[in-house]
Amino acid sequence: MAPEDIFKLLATEFGDAVESTTFDGGHPHVTIKPASWPGVALFLLENAKLRLNLLRSITALDLLADDKLACVYDLMHVPTDDPETLITDTFEIAVRVVTDRNSPVIPSVAHVWAAADWHEREAFDLMGIHFSNHPDLRRILCTDDWVGHPLRKDYVFPLEYHGIPATTEFELTNPRH
Amino acid sequence: MSWIENRFEEGVIVTSLDWAINWGRSNSVWPMTFGLACCAIEMMAAGASRFDLDRFGAGAFRASPRQSDLMIVAGTVTYKMASRLKRLYNQMPEPKFVMAMGACTIGGGPYFKHGYHVVKGVDLVVPVDIYVPGCPPRPEALIEGLMRLQDKIRAQRRTKSVMTKAKEAALA
Repeated sequence: MAPEDIFKLLATEFGDAVESTTFDGGHPHVTIKPASWPGVALFLLENAKLRLNLLRSITALDLLADDKLACVYDLMHVPTDDPETLITDTFEIAVRVVTDRNSPVIPSVAHVWAAADWHEREAFDLMGIHFSNHPDLRRILCTDDWVGHPLRKDYVFPLEYHGIPATTEFELTNPRH
Repeated sequence: MSWIENRFEEGVIVTSLDWAINWGRSNSVWPMTFGLACCAIEMMAAGASRFDLDRFGAGAFRASPRQSDLMIVAGTVTYKMASRLKRLYNQMPEPKFVMAMGACTIGGGPYFKHGYHVVKGVDLVVPVDIYVPGCPPRPEALIEGLMRLQDKIRAQRRTKSVMTKAKEAALA
């Protein structure tokens, strides 16, 4: 199924939950409002025409200029019941969910795709996006007592960690990149 | 004891305690399996048949810190790993040695500036005896590091160095 048809189907099914659709570039994606995201996710997985059964990745974005955080979910349909068309009859779309930067909350879809569990933990650890209704939202890479979320663009590096010197003051006072 | 028979007129071997202990220690440096990243691949190659660390008595990689003399820190040390590294070091029996293998372990390497999670040199966590530079160092470099460590062990002395008046004056 082509992305255009999927987006049309979503627009008729959910109406104002769809904020916008984008086709330019090789990454067609639809922007969904956070509140209706779990319902849309369940629809994408269970609709007989779609069956987007593979969550390839969750990408967290820091949109510092717009004061927003976003998650991009890359979804793919794999016809697992038919080995003949397993590789040929696939299609994929991306879903973008944008949230506020100061209190970033996105409903979890770990109950829809099991792969989302650890991906959401990583997005929480490194970007500080809180996923409501997540079964076990802990940090996955950093230590449990880590301060801040390291991949945010305004993250301030720690001067020391448990007595081990880390970033120097010179680095803090000199701009990066 | 046939190999020693009739070789010495007096039937006595004269050696120094220092020499004998250092000979034993330097030729049986058992490293601990401590591969953290890509450097570990080179460490494995150094232990395997092509380079054969066993020629220098250091091929017996132990899975327990309690049986090892040398910790080859091979790879990127993160802050999360640093506490484990320190605990493993404390579990090793004396005499113990640490070899910092590769750029990450020596000073943070490519993660020095933009890595939020990498310790900027493992010598901030445990004392390091030998630094082996490279990214990653070739097995020859690791063997070179081991031989320099053997030199260091052979130079150890069990007696206190005598404090002469000239030394006191130099220190003051």
